[in-house]
Amino acid sequence: MFQYFLKRLLQSILVMLIVGFVSFSLFNFVGDPVNNMVGQEASEETREEIREKLGLKDPVYTQFFKFVVNASNGEFGLSYELRRPVSLLISERLPATLELVLVSALIAIFFGVFLGVYTAINREGLVSNFILVTSLFGVSLPTFVIGILFIYLFSVILGILPSFGRGEVVNFGFWSTGFLTLSGIKALILPSITLSLFQMTYIIRLVRAEMMEILETDYIKFARARGINKKVINNKHALKNGLIPVITITGINVGTLIAFSIITETVFQWPGMGLLFINAVQFVDIPIMSAYLIMVAFLFVMINFIVDIAYYFIDPRIRFKEEETNK
Amino acid sequence: MIRQIIKNFLDTDIGYSFSKSKVAIISSIIFLAIMITSLFAVLIAPYNPFDPKSISLMDAFTPPIWSIGGSVEFILGTDQQGRDMLSTIIYGSQISLIVGFASIIFAMVLGVFLGVTAGYLGGRYEIIVMRFTDVQLTIPSILMALLVDGIARGFINKSLHDDMAIYVLILAIGISEWPQFARITRAATLVEKNKEYVLAGRIIGLSDIVIMIKHILPNILRPILVISTIGLSQAIITESTLSFLGVGFPPTNPSLGTLIRFGNNFLFSGEWWITFFPAIFLVVLALSINLLGDWMRDALNPKLKVR
Amino acid sequence: MKILTKLIVTMIFVSIFSPLYAATIKWSMPGDSLTLDPHAQNEGPTHMVSRQVYEGLVTRAIDMSIKPQLSTSWKTTDPETWVFTLRKGVKFQDGSLLKASDVEFSINRALTGTSDVKELINSITSVKALNNSTIEIKTKGPNPILLNQLVQIFIMSESWSKKNGCETAQDYNASQETFCSINAMGTGPFKITLREQNTRTVFERNDNWWGDQSQHNIDKIELLPIKNDATRVAALLSGDIDFTNFTPAQDINRIKSSSMHKVVSAAQSRTIFFGMDQGVDELRSSNVKGKNPFKDKKVRLAFYHALDMNAIKEKIMRGLSEPAGMITFPGVQGYTKQLDKRLSYDPNLSKKLLADAGYPKGFEITLDCPNNRYINDEAICVAAVGMLAKVGIKVNLDAQPKSIHFKDLKGGLSDFYMLGWGVPTFDSHYVYSFLLKSDGSWNKSGFKNEKVDELVGTMLTETNLDKRNANIAEAWSIVQDNMPYLPLHHQVISWGTKSNVNIPIRTNNEPLFRFAKVN
Repeated sequence: MFQYFLKRLLQSILVMLIVGFVSFSLFNFVGDPVNNMVGQEASEETREEIREKLGLKDPVYTQFFKFVVNASNGEFGLSYELRRPVSLLISERLPATLELVLVSALIAIFFGVFLGVYTAINREGLVSNFILVTSLFGVSLPTFVIGILFIYLFSVILGILPSFGRGEVVNFGFWSTGFLTLSGIKALILPSITLSLFQMTYIIRLVRAEMMEILETDYIKFARARGINKKVINNKHALKNGLIPVITITGINVGTLIAFSIITETVFQWPGMGLLFINAVQFVDIPIMSAYLIMVAFLFVMINFIVDIAYYFIDPRIRFKEEETNK
Repeated sequence: MIRQIIKNFLDTDIGYSFSKSKVAIISSIIFLAIMITSLFAVLIAPYNPFDPKSISLMDAFTPPIWSIGGSVEFILGTDQQGRDMLSTIIYGSQISLIVGFASIIFAMVLGVFLGVTAGYLGGRYEIIVMRFTDVQLTIPSILMALLVDGIARGFINKSLHDDMAIYVLILAIGISEWPQFARITRAATLVEKNKEYVLAGRIIGLSDIVIMIKHILPNILRPILVISTIGLSQAIITESTLSFLGVGFPPTNPSLGTLIRFGNNFLFSGEWWITFFPAIFLVVLALSINLLGDWMRDALNPKLKVR
Repeated sequence: MKILTKLIVTMIFVSIFSPLYAATIKWSMPGDSLTLDPHAQNEGPTHMVSRQVYEGLVTRAIDMSIKPQLSTSWKTTDPETWVFTLRKGVKFQDGSLLKASDVEFSINRALTGTSDVKELINSITSVKALNNSTIEIKTKGPNPILLNQLVQIFIMSESWSKKNGCETAQDYNASQETFCSINAMGTGPFKITLREQNTRTVFERNDNWWGDQSQHNIDKIELLPIKNDATRVAALLSGDIDFTNFTPAQDINRIKSSSMHKVVSAAQSRTIFFGMDQGVDELRSSNVKGKNPFKDKKVRLAFYHALDMNAIKEKIMRGLSEPAGMITFPGVQGYTKQLDKRLSYDPNLSKKLLADAGYPKGFEITLDCPNNRYINDEAICVAAVGMLAKVGIKVNLDAQPKSIHFKDLKGGLSDFYMLGWGVPTFDSHYVYSFLLKSDGSWNKSGFKNEKVDELVGTMLTETNLDKRNANIAEAWSIVQDNMPYLPLHHQVISWGTKSNVNIPIRTNNEPLFRFAKVN
């Protein structure tokens, strides 16, 4: 078991190192970092001085090592545009994005699993076909179109939900939450649904395919033959096994949700990391871009690591396989 | 001749399934119609909206032909600069399709090459390639595309931005999509590799390159085709998303996403057609490709066909 | 379950005790203040934010007339010496008393190296606190517009600035962060309690403000920048914001049609124009090599005649703009209707001029535009691309957020660019010292004329008003004759608010919340 964890951990660290290297290259090869610090008028001498001070003259591996050490401490320097420490900017905006992503993931998983199971069991029903066709619309409608539509309908025409921002937030130390005020919760509704739709359709299709496959397996057929109640078969035996891939998908999807929140945050002017990042891309604000990249990769790798560990306990096959190879 | 080809096609497994699926037929007709229209945009579109000389600002905000104030000259009305909406949509979809196809081909060539060689050659090479694929998969496609776009901005001279936009987008989207291809083709290659025909080829002394190109590749075309189709609609949506976010095509030669971005500003002032038509067109295009891909996945997967 | 109950209780608690009925104004603009350092950026929205927190020796009222603020009276003891009497009992937001030395410190800070407002007051040779309540300012020669200039110089606390290591202005172009660029502490009616740049800035009422608190009933202002026009209008219509001083022209009718909202428009004190770099020997973005076509006046005039500003007014600005013939607007000393008359829109003449200049087939060039600074800035530039194409000029458009646009412009990277200029002093000298003097810090056109340079000098020292006006007129006639900038239009601003919010409109687009009322 210990070996399994260790192997996963090493793999995760390797992935982070590679992403870190990409991010490090961004810093060093895109634009002149010195230029962004001193302005055009600075003399060649001051430039040299700063190069020396920043360690830009050290060999590349020393620089990379320093970068990794700084990055693990959350140090990414000053933003070129906003002139504030990147770590501060990101930590200010992290809660907004994570709350949005969390709610979206919950919506996507809940409705995705529910509708997926429903369409797998009632394969030919009118409702099922309607859900499936609609779900294809979900994949084909770009997120920003959905967002604009929602704002127009629910904010401007009906006037029941806010069109932008987070509403009132309550601060707990470094964390600001919108969950505790009415306006905060109302502000979450439209963006989180917009963000969840794409993933939801994905989960519906996955769960449906998985369930259909399981319903055809021998042990379910056997259970049916034994005359066990259909509901019990569906809910207890089939669903339990059908949900295993959903766990993996959830891991991958949280990363995707964070990235896709860039679009949702732009449309709803949601003050999260995505909005910060998209401004950074337009400004070529490298420190923010590379920090964001590492941030997303880190969250992704961490979630996958947890998922792998969870798998170990949920799916006995992995455990046996591991023990087998360890012998 | 053409009749023969169609007949041959309908005689195959897939052809049969195609002729039985109304959804597949309708969506492929729509998709082909859009393809042809945008391919012959120069002949079909009433105006060339990318030629700033031909645009007159005084024509701006003409509503569609059936509304009060509409004009026969502009069937779907004009945008805020006086460009004919219909022509702009046709040219815009041409851009979207070019970027979509080019980036998918880029991703396919790169992904299939790495996937097949990794699967076939194995060893340390395989491990390295698959690690890279894993790393890339940790970075969601839209983020990857934005990053590539951002980096390109840092490198490319300002005055070349507009001219380079199309190449940057193809590269950005292509790079974000290749791991899908690499993963699937590697898995498929691993299966094919141990089949008798490959072993036989090896025994008679065929070179690895010949085996990979002539024998393995044709046998794994089906999954590649399925991914390409779904990838195409994703690429088109990604392009329009980037343009919507303001890092794609410039306002002087807009793609569908750019059109929606600007049209969005006129949603409240009553000029709904500027954003509505490009949005509808984009959705129809993506939907027809997705439906086609969905059908293809079922038709090409023998395991699912019984259902 | 327990956790859930706790959560619900907390929620009820928070919603009961959050101050529901405090008069709050949620204010939105497309961009944000670039920095809170009041001397680091001479830019409209930056001043709009600073103005709520910081004050000057003198200020402009709603109607733009000059009124006492931190000083109560002033006199000139000789033509080059001004003596200001400081208002008594004014306290900074940290409770310390305003002293004459703070004024001395602040003006010197605004005058030194990295300050962006130094040209504005560069006639000042010395500032001295004579005693605790009087300040003496000496100028190089007599300066008839010193008060107009001091309106823009905000007074900071010397001890606070020194304690926090920002005794000099933030070096904005060198990407520097200082304490004073993210914090603000002045004598004004509001204090900033939260600053998240580009997201949210919260101002709260300063209970210790010296002024008349009954003129407003605002307890809190939240500045929420929304870049996208449609989103901002949606936010106003759905009640998520109360006020925007950047109402898109196309949406005014829609907002007016809502019974809950109103829109007020006024001619703004700002003119929009294109600049052309005539200084360099070869343009960076053009296909003309070895020479600079903009050096030829015929080319500049060709560009001018190609732009149909009436079409832009009608279609893009929806009638809310005034096509301009000069780069400053009515109300500024030196403006005349005569000079402001636009030359004709005449594409044929324009083609002829280009042919005469040796470019019968036109040429290629890049136009740099902001996309979140002026009203419909990007749309105007796209339209200009089309109009110039008609006479053979192929324009590549590079529309970017203002923070990049201005940085590129300041860095001298632009051949052909859009710029807007407001004149807080309402005097032509301000236009000349920044835009037309050969070493003006915003003169990126490379315009250089010795006579004009000389006249800019006399504008600052000539106290005989008739003579001075003659000087200004002469300068304008030289400029109009050379046409170094292409005037586009004078902006008309529109403020959209909820019906119960009253904020008097000001022609410089700067809201003064100390006169705002929410009913």
